[in-house]
Parts: sequence; C-alpha cells; structure tokens
Amino acid sequence: MARVSVEGIVKRYGTVAALDEVSLDFEDGGLFALLGPSGSGKTTLLRAIAGFVFPDRGRIRIGDQPVERVPVEKRDIGMMFQNYALFPNMSVADNVGFGLRVRKVGAAEERRRVGEALELVQLEGFGGRKPHELSGGQRQRVALARAIVTNPRVLLLDEPLSALDKALRVDMQFELRRIQREIGITTILVTHDQEEALTLSDRIGILRDGRLVQAGPPREVYNAPADLFAATFLGEANILPGGGAGIVVPEGVAPGAVLAVRPEAIAMTRTEPEGAGLSKCVGVLERRVFAGAMATCLVRREDGGEMKVVSRDQDIPAGLTEGDRLWLSWPVDKTLAIPPEG
Amino acid sequence: MLARLGKVWLGLILVFLYAPILVMAAMSFNASPYYQLPFEFTVEWYEKLSENRGILRAAARSVGIAMVTTVIATVLGTAASLALFRYEFRGKAVLRVLLFPPIAIPWLITGTAMLVFFFGIGLGRGTPAVIVGHVALALPYVIVVVTARLATFDPTLEEAARVLGAGGWTVTRRVTLPWIAPGIIAGALFAFAISFDQFVVSYFLSEPGDSTLPVVIYTAIRKGFTPEINAVSTLIIVVSMAVMLVAARFSNFGGER
Repeated sequence: MARVSVEGIVKRYGTVAALDEVSLDFEDGGLFALLGPSGSGKTTLLRAIAGFVFPDRGRIRIGDQPVERVPVEKRDIGMMFQNYALFPNMSVADNVGFGLRVRKVGAAEERRRVGEALELVQLEGFGGRKPHELSGGQRQRVALARAIVTNPRVLLLDEPLSALDKALRVDMQFELRRIQREIGITTILVTHDQEEALTLSDRIGILRDGRLVQAGPPREVYNAPADLFAATFLGEANILPGGGAGIVVPEGVAPGAVLAVRPEAIAMTRTEPEGAGLSKCVGVLERRVFAGAMATCLVRREDGGEMKVVSRDQDIPAGLTEGDRLWLSWPVDKTLAIPPEG
Repeated sequence: MLARLGKVWLGLILVFLYAPILVMAAMSFNASPYYQLPFEFTVEWYEKLSENRGILRAAARSVGIAMVTTVIATVLGTAASLALFRYEFRGKAVLRVLLFPPIAIPWLITGTAMLVFFFGIGLGRGTPAVIVGHVALALPYVIVVVTARLATFDPTLEEAARVLGAGGWTVTRRVTLPWIAPGIIAGALFAFAISFDQFVVSYFLSEPGDSTLPVVIYTAIRKGFTPEINAVSTLIIVVSMAVMLVAARFSNFGGER
C-alpha cells in the first residue's frame, strides 16, 4: 500500500488542456473519488497515474517513487476498467492468475492466491468458467479479484459500476467498500455519478475543464462548496437573491459571495415560522412530485425565483396542494456562502 | 416462386463454375488419351504422372516455395496489422490505402514490373526472386484478413494485461494473438494458395528448367495436351479447394459462426 501524489500535472492535446496544473494527494489506504462531467479530465488523471498517459509537466509519485517515466507494467498497480476487460480466451482462474503468472510466483502459490481472491469477491468455485458464462455483476467481481490479487500498491477504478443496473450497482458499492476496507488498499475511483462518489469515498475531488475545483471529505465539500460549479455539481443548490428580505446572511461572508441553500435543508409551513437565525421567504407551491419516501416540491418565490425543496412526505403540511401559499425557512447555518468566482 | 428461381439461378452459377473442373477430373480417369467416349475408367494417367520426374520436382518446388512464402508473408503481415492497429504514425492512412491497389493490378503487370525491378537491383531471376514476388503478392491479403479480425479486438484487453505487469511481447502472445489466431490462420492459407496457384509472376521470375508446377504445366501443354496434365490439374484443384475451404471457415465468410 502506498500514498499517491500528483503535483502540477499538465497534459495538453493540441491547444486543449486535458489537465491543467492539477495537484492532489491520495492518502494511504483511503478511497478517493474523482468526480466531474465528461471532458473534465478525471479519466486523463487516472490514466496518467496508471501510466497510459504521460503528462507534459508535473510529478506523479506512488509511495516515494517518482513514476512519470515508469511504464505501466512496472508501476505495480491494479486497475478495473469500465467494460471489465476480462480476457475472453481464459477461464476465470486464469484471468485472476494472469498477473501472478507474469510475476512467476509458481503454480501452487498462484492457485492459493487466486482461490483467496475469488473467495474475497464471493466467487468460490467459479474458477473454471469462461467470462462469457458470467453475469455482469460476476464479471465485475472477477475484474476486481484480478486487480487486487497481485497486492498492488494502488487500485484504480475507471467508472467500474456504470455498466450495472441500479440495484446491482448499489450492492456492488457496498461490496467494493467492504473489500477496499478489508485489504486497506489506496483506491482512486473515477465516476460521473455524484451519489456513487458520496457513498463510497473518504475524500472526493471535483474536476472541471482540466482543473481541480475542490478536494476534501464529501461532507465538507457538500456543506462548503468552493464555487458555484461545485455547489451545483455535487448535489443541488437553490441560489438565493443577494440581500433579499428575510434572508439572514451568515457572519463573515466575503463580499460578492453567492448565497445558496440545499433543497433538503428547507422546511415548509403554512404560517410564518418563529425563531432566531431563521431565513424565510414566501412562495407559491407550483409542483409537488411524489417519489417514495421523499417528495420534491417546486416553489415560486414572490420575487419570481424558483426554489426546489426535498422533504419527507410526512413533514409537508397536511393538505398542501399546488397553488397554495406557503413559507419556506431554513437555519442560518444551513445557508451556503459560495465564494465569488476567481 | 422467387425463392425457387433464386435456387435455380444459384444452381446455374455452380454448374458454370464447376462443370469444366468436373469434366477435367473425369477425363483424368478416362482411358482414351483423346477424350473419346464411352468413358472407360483407368488410373493409367496417375501412374504415368508418378513417373514424371519433371512434374514431381516442380510440384515439390511449388510446395516448398508456397510454404516459405506463407511463413514470411504471415509473420510480416501480422506484424504490419498489429502496427496499424496499435500505433498512430505519420502517413498511416496513406499506407492503409496503398495496400489495396496491388490486389487489383493485373498480375501480368505486377510480374513485368517485378522482373524489371529485380534485374535493376541485381536480384535477377530464380527461386529467391520468386519467393520475394510471391510474398509481395500475398502480403496485402494477409493484412486485410488479419486487420478484419483485429477490428473485433478490444484494445482495453491489452491495457488490462499491461497493468497486470505484462510486457509488450507477453501481451501480444498471451492476449492479442489468441484472439486474432483465426484471422492469422486464414491469412496464412490465403498466402499459401496465392503462391501455390501463381502462374504469371512465377513464369516471369523463375529460371527456365527450374520452375514451379503451374509454369511446368503450361510448358507441357504447349508441347501437347496429355491426360497426365488432367491428372496433375485435378490434384492441384483438390489441394487448393481444401486450403480455401479451411481458410473460408477461419475467416468467417458468411458471418460469425
């Protein structure tokens, strides 16, 4: 296991900078999610750490070893690909054992470690099957077993769950987390799914246009987004009108900062709520969408702005229907103060 | 109705293709040297053939040249296909396009050009020249067949193998080659058939009295058509068709099996 750090990485394709001065530390044993829209550079960063992309500038270290000039096959990493990339001509056991055979560990040792790895991903007894005989979730587990069986220093995951359907994906997220904790391997995950990033990782990094927007623990990034992009990409945010009546501005907010509030932080009441440090405004319920345990409401403020509120069904005032007037309120410490751009 | 018409049409095509061959094969077993009927079965011409040293030597030489050609053209062609598949380099598109015209250029012209060129560079005529010529003819076919197979190969498999610590040669041998093996086998069989059946280029590039089977047959026909020629031609057809049938199987003619 090892910590990974990148420092001032630049990678250009023609005039486009896929990575523009990105610096990040990936702690030993942690699970780090790189999050961003497509074209943000997250995959390029992962492939630079893997060694498929050689940066124009900057440093990459795995453990204490600078690896910018080290080819992929000498980096001692494990990687899982979006389409799993299992070798179709080999059995499950041969797939998982491939890295061990390349390292010439010997037949007995290989059999033992392949068995352990398959057990870890709960696929004991599947060694003799061919990849095309497995379901999507099983292929996924084989790919994971193959990636970790060599005890690599780092595990890189490139959108590993995107090919699975929703129920299986949630299962695999927990499974992945369990296995990652169990072997304590430094793991870097690329995803465009913010929910996946939030549930899986110890830390996340948000990228946009080849630059790192913000990095930190999910809760911290969620509660204190560094800019408007981070606020809206990770979760949703209602942007509040500057200095609107009834909105309490938190102390120590930089001038020019944008105020926002998360949809789930807002309470809805029929009458004006009482209490100190409470921001409030009046609006009209435009739409109410039932979605199981939670309901999403769209409220038109008196100044014309729209607010999204996500609330448990039973927390919504009884009998509230579309067209009703209501109060929105939230405590001042739930108000996000987003620093101005630049 | 339409389906039946189609079947009749297909039948006519097959008759058109195979009738001359079948007549020739039949005549190689007919006793009369002048193709007279009624048909009287004999293996006399095959016995005579087995005593004809000139033809047997030429046949052995043809097989030898075809085998050497196959090995060289398959190795070079597979390597070229892999390079075209894996790497981006200047002039790649041009190179790809330039592979096709040699397939369309008449062999007579290719042969003439090779003869002139080989004399120009001092290679002249003879078996080495024949082999070089055959390899040049077969190479585009090998590349086309292997490239077609490579198009179905997922390049992330190579990346996965490299991450697991495999160097370039191990990746190729353990991951890439097993996948494209059917294409390589088909390409090799094409190369063998092209060399073994080659007349024009062999005729131009071989030295008199030291030539391949098709050239020897042609020379023999000019002296007088004997049933022995029918016999050897029948054998060649059997071999060529066997090779092509296997090649067709490996190159998945008519869709994925």
